[in-house]
Amino acid sequence: MSVLTVNNLTKQFGKFTALDGVNIEVNEGEIYGFIGPNGAGKSTTIRVLLGILKATQGSATIFGQDAWSDAVDIHKHIAYVPGDVNLWPNLTGGEVIDLFVKLRGSNNQSRREELIEKFNLDPTKKCRTYSKGNRQKVALVAAFASDADLYILDEPTSGLDPLMEQVFQQYVLEMKNKGKSVLLSSHILSEVEKLCDRVGIIRQGKMIESGTLGELRHLTRVHMLVETKQPLTDLNELKGVHAIEEKDQAVSFQVDAEALDNVIKHVSQFGIVKLESSPPTLEDLFMRHYEQKDESEVGGAS
Amino acid sequence: MALKKTGSLFRFMLRRDRLRMPLWLIGITFFTLAVPVAFVDLYASQQERDGMAETMANPAMTAMVGPADLDNYTIGVMSAHQMLLLTAVVVGLMSILLVTRHTRADEEDGRLEMIRALPVGRLSNLNATLLVLCATHVVLALITGFGLYALGIDSMGLEGSLLYGTTLGATGIFFAGVTALFAQLFENSRATIGFSIAVLLVAYLVRAVGDVGNETISWFSPLNWVTRTEVYANNHWEPLVLMLGVAVVLGVLANYLNAIRDLEAGFFPARPGRKNASAFLQSPMGLALKLQRTGMIAWAVGLFVMGLSYGSVLGDLEAFFEGNEMMEQMLVAEEGYTLTEQFIPTLMIAMGLLATVPPGMAMLKLYGEEKKNRVEHLLGRAVSRARLMGSYLLIAIANGFVMLSLTGIGLWAAGDAVMEEGLDFGMIYGAALIYYPAVLVIIGLAVLFIGVLPKLGSIIWLYVLYSFIALYFGGLFDFPEWVGQLSPYGYIPELPVDDMAWMPVSMLVIVAIILMIIGFVGYRRRDIEG
Repeated sequence: MSVLTVNNLTKQFGKFTALDGVNIEVNEGEIYGFIGPNGAGKSTTIRVLLGILKATQGSATIFGQDAWSDAVDIHKHIAYVPGDVNLWPNLTGGEVIDLFVKLRGSNNQSRREELIEKFNLDPTKKCRTYSKGNRQKVALVAAFASDADLYILDEPTSGLDPLMEQVFQQYVLEMKNKGKSVLLSSHILSEVEKLCDRVGIIRQGKMIESGTLGELRHLTRVHMLVETKQPLTDLNELKGVHAIEEKDQAVSFQVDAEALDNVIKHVSQFGIVKLESSPPTLEDLFMRHYEQKDESEVGGAS
Repeated sequence: MALKKTGSLFRFMLRRDRLRMPLWLIGITFFTLAVPVAFVDLYASQQERDGMAETMANPAMTAMVGPADLDNYTIGVMSAHQMLLLTAVVVGLMSILLVTRHTRADEEDGRLEMIRALPVGRLSNLNATLLVLCATHVVLALITGFGLYALGIDSMGLEGSLLYGTTLGATGIFFAGVTALFAQLFENSRATIGFSIAVLLVAYLVRAVGDVGNETISWFSPLNWVTRTEVYANNHWEPLVLMLGVAVVLGVLANYLNAIRDLEAGFFPARPGRKNASAFLQSPMGLALKLQRTGMIAWAVGLFVMGLSYGSVLGDLEAFFEGNEMMEQMLVAEEGYTLTEQFIPTLMIAMGLLATVPPGMAMLKLYGEEKKNRVEHLLGRAVSRARLMGSYLLIAIANGFVMLSLTGIGLWAAGDAVMEEGLDFGMIYGAALIYYPAVLVIIGLAVLFIGVLPKLGSIIWLYVLYSFIALYFGGLFDFPEWVGQLSPYGYIPELPVDDMAWMPVSMLVIVAIILMIIGFVGYRRRDIEG
């Protein structure tokens, strides 16, 4: 069942198009990774989902309700952590957590204490003295202490140390196991790879790829490292082979998924001694779109 | 070694303050020189000045500005009496803000850490700051001193003028020392400024109590030493020696404490705050109130004291006005009313406009929070925009009512105490509260701007300023009627001289409500910034 549906969402600020036909679907019990570079439109999309910005075109629904007109009803079942957490300098972290939890509705005191301890936060300090990481912890504690159905997290770990990132991932998985849904925006790809069931990549306001990690990997190249008895020749003449590099006796290269069959047939003629293949990392996926962009820019210039 | 590169830091600070410093100096000098010039026009004859002296001869005025030689009330004595103490307080405030800026504020934000990582002495920053302040105050002493002398007023001789300037400079150096000390003791700049201003206020109050009752008490206050110089009368320099002596002790103490402490540490570590939010805080309204509490209390006290001080002059009003053409022109001659009653609307328009500032700020705070990305915490939870804006609006509306009431109550309390025949509470309170509908219009305008054109919200201050010029000075300069009618305050009947007029007053309330409704609709429709 779909918890969150974004359909052909467009947002313009004056003449600038920040979002151009964005589609997202998050299902129940699913962690959706929303990735893209800074300024691609991740936060803008999330702010439309929260009813803070109004969509120019298209629709955004959460729990089947409209993100703009039913914002208050929706927010009773949502927990949100902004990417840049600005707090009130003269309130303590503990006060802010209580305020946030209360404004959503429920209050779970024992869970709050547990989270404060796990995230190693001093709730008696004024927010003015908190570092970026500590301000994020305040927002995370408030979010996880809430009993929400959908968690919208906008780059929530950018200020956390690796230990705290672990704690964060543990809680996100716990939410998933409880059947909750999570929309996790991030540019830390290893984190998304570890946590997310499905991924959407946004660039310059457009969704350029989305699907499960498996599906996305299928669309891209496999890394191969081959060592053969006879020297491997004519490899560069095959279709769909890229980035050929000679390494001692072995050769490493990348293969487009659809060309894999042909390439293996060709390589096997030379007597395979060693063959290693690894799936593309999310980083490769990500970078591939950049290469494409660069190529197209070069093409456009010539 | 501890003072290495003090000279470089000194120049660096002068560069950072290249605008701030001249603005303070120009502002203070301008007011110091403008007042005697105005007094020459206003109180040309000795007879008029004696009338003024009579007005000043009451405990309320002594508490406010200190003692003076009232039998020898020349222009010089009069200027020093009415201006020197209050200007010294402003100079003290200047020192507090500037010293905190260059010491604890830089340290708290981590800028000093970068400086200290360079080959710079441990005490260089503190002493460069103190040097900058001393240099500034020497300049202030010289330009105000010679400036006053250059006005060429008979009763303002060279020695007295230089003493006037030096008193201001010495007060500044004294409070630079106080702040330098507190900057060592407290870990953040808010506490440093807060406690330094507290010393300034306590010094002011101690001498107020002492001057009215017991002179010995007064001597414990450095601000009493300011008035004891008796500028333009007996010209005593000794109190300044005392003042600068204590300032040196404070500076040495600050240096010692700075030398023995860690960077970014203080001697009174910050107390741990609340671990949990009180029930009161856990709503948009509670949060909004908590954020504005300190400012609101300060405004409430300020407006009440202003009411009191205006009220305290009502007792001698008749003597004060006699033969003063400018004041007479400002008042509409109206048969059947006493001078006091005729004077009240003039006071009330000024106080009503000032009482508009805190509710206006309370409303615009909503947009300030938005710009700091903090309203999304609330709107991202189960809080509607109408509820959020409504919370701020309710606070602003209540705030305006309280502020206006306090000015009226203050005016009545002091007036009733000093006037032989007493003062009718209902009359005064009504004359104050009649401005409430105009205050509501300004609040409504703020709501409208926040909802529709939030970037232009500050325009309401221009409108308030316009209202002040159009109405307060309108009588003096004979502006045409429409000038006043461009302001909501221009439609308010001037109680008690005018009759009560329900029609314009209720129209203002309706206008305010319409503005608010448009603002609410706009706020629900627009994007939140940030």
